Amino acid sequence: MATNPSQREGRSGAPGLAAYGLIAIATLFMLSFLVLPVVLVLVRAGNQDWSSIAETLTDPDCLSAIRLTVTIASIAVPANMVFGLAASWAITKFSFPGRSLLITLIDLPFSVSPVVSGLIYALVFGMQGYLGPWLRAHDIHILFAVPGIVLATIFVTFPFIARELIPLMQAQGRQEEEAAVVLGASGWQTFRYVTFPNIRWGVLYGVLLCNARAMGEFGAVSVVSGHIRGMTNTVPLHIEVLYNDYNIPAAFTVAALLALLALVTLVVKSYLEWRLADELAATR
Amino acid sequence: MTTQEEALHTFNDEDWRAGEEVIDATPKNRGGFVSAPQTVGSLMQIEMSQIVCRFGSTPAVAGVDLAVPQGEFLALLGPSGSGKTTLLRIIAGLEKPESGILRIDGANAVDLAPNKRGIGFVFQHYALFRHMTVARNIAFGLEIRKSSQRPEKVEIDRRVEELLDLVQLPGLGKRFPSQLSGGQRQRVALARALAIEPRILLLDEPFGALDTKVRSELRVWLKSLHRRLGITIVFVTHDQEEAMELADRVVIMRQGRLEQDGNPGAIYAEPVSPFVYSFLGAANAVPVQIESGIVRAAAGREILGVSDQFAGAATAWFRPHHVDLARPGAWGENKSLPGRVIDIATTGPRVRLQIAYHDSTLSAEIATEDYAAIGLKVGEPCQWRPRVIRCYPMGV
Repeated sequence: MATNPSQREGRSGAPGLAAYGLIAIATLFMLSFLVLPVVLVLVRAGNQDWSSIAETLTDPDCLSAIRLTVTIASIAVPANMVFGLAASWAITKFSFPGRSLLITLIDLPFSVSPVVSGLIYALVFGMQGYLGPWLRAHDIHILFAVPGIVLATIFVTFPFIARELIPLMQAQGRQEEEAAVVLGASGWQTFRYVTFPNIRWGVLYGVLLCNARAMGEFGAVSVVSGHIRGMTNTVPLHIEVLYNDYNIPAAFTVAALLALLALVTLVVKSYLEWRLADELAATR
Repeated sequence: MTTQEEALHTFNDEDWRAGEEVIDATPKNRGGFVSAPQTVGSLMQIEMSQIVCRFGSTPAVAGVDLAVPQGEFLALLGPSGSGKTTLLRIIAGLEKPESGILRIDGANAVDLAPNKRGIGFVFQHYALFRHMTVARNIAFGLEIRKSSQRPEKVEIDRRVEELLDLVQLPGLGKRFPSQLSGGQRQRVALARALAIEPRILLLDEPFGALDTKVRSELRVWLKSLHRRLGITIVFVTHDQEEAMELADRVVIMRQGRLEQDGNPGAIYAEPVSPFVYSFLGAANAVPVQIESGIVRAAAGREILGVSDQFAGAATAWFRPHHVDLARPGAWGENKSLPGRVIDIATTGPRVRLQIAYHDSTLSAEIATEDYAAIGLKVGEPCQWRPRVIRCYPMGV
């Protein structure tokens, strides 16, 4: 956020008092509402001695939560990557009936509260729902089990990759694909050698955001997981459990883990944005 | 300007032979490069009949019949929205016609996938693969072939070098498209299209995005390339000069239909409609009345010429450079029309004058020497007459 004032002067004249005022307000806001909480979480977590941190993190319930979160993300993110690529490829490179409906549907998870998304799955797969009795009869566990959490996570993180790719691919147009096809390339070859290399940084960027959200998702997962300790608790749910048990230091320790994930995501994201700018610039 | 572009000027017979030798040495030559110009006219390479293609409810191509013999250099000429690009894309398989027959080399091609057609296509904005080097771009069509049909790696490299020489960009294989000028990119796009030894080369507004100088250089080069390779070329343009200069045959399109079809000279001499007449260059139109073969201006009853085609109300068309000018009284009264000079523009060898005649404004273009002899100035009255006119019935 530290914009070099001299650089700005060169571009648009000396910033007035109002500009400095606005920058100050924005910086203050960012510090107090975004940076401070993250720092506090890390500080509170770090204020303990190392043995208690280690104890919290190596607790079987915590380890199980971490394992579960990683498992969920490693299923949900690739699934959404495949879906996001397929959807944005279809939307940007072809015209077909229902195209704009599909674009709207992709945005649906953004506009629906995660809790509602969770409840939808509870309705479909729960005992009071449509498929519940049948699933139970066949001994298939979806709700209050890993498959339910995976489904809810996929739903919530559905738009991230597609939303990232659609504008990028739209800007790049269809001509390179058409050129490849006329030269004899099959659909797969066109995708593999022409489309994908042009959007790979965009894909990575989307995957990163999708992963951050998949690991941090609370609302939808909370509804479908059932909070079974050591079994269906993800890291965010585990934090809540610790917090509700008044185990504040432990809660902050695990929260710091998630906050670190956010920091790593931010750093990688900045790098990817820089590469993505190249990718977009090359279209011009 | 780079050395590569300058090289265009130095194209000569030696290059010609050198290129030919290299190409003949290609063992996997499937005939694309060697189909000799003497086969022109013997075989219809592309045949289209009653092709219709619609986007939504508006027909982009509305029933086109067109046959292109092997080795022909054909221009599809028309204003934007006339359906010429769509027609080209139909030949390439990038658009599917709603109805009609398309034959390529005698075989039905309507349902043939674009990647099975073996056609070279050069896009208006080049469509080079931006993440690949120039060499990889050119090699693409060969590298993606099934291993049974794919040339050896060294063979591909050799062919890339050959093609880079052919398009006069030797040594630029390692560059990326973004590091090239527009003219260079267009030539890479051509090399890439030629790499698969296509039976047909299609070019969509190939020089549309280039500046005038590069464009005229590339035209000369493309024409010599066609002579050398003898390949069938169909290209789309909205620039009548480009079409006339390059093509063996020009097809003029209007609103998805063929308006006129013929060799450049014939089309220019006898445009079938006012649309073609005005599209092919600067034109004047004067309302006339034709009675017993005499064409008289509707406004002043002066005689413009003769026409035995039809009688009644019509429009007489004539080119600015077919207008003779004089001071009033220089010719007999009945042989000329009165006018007044309202503007004069000098363009070196020619002088362009705007002349008011009744309600209309006409342009006349005369040689600078002739203008000096007459010495007309803005605001002065004059007399004028068209040497050649072409009449079309009113309302055509």
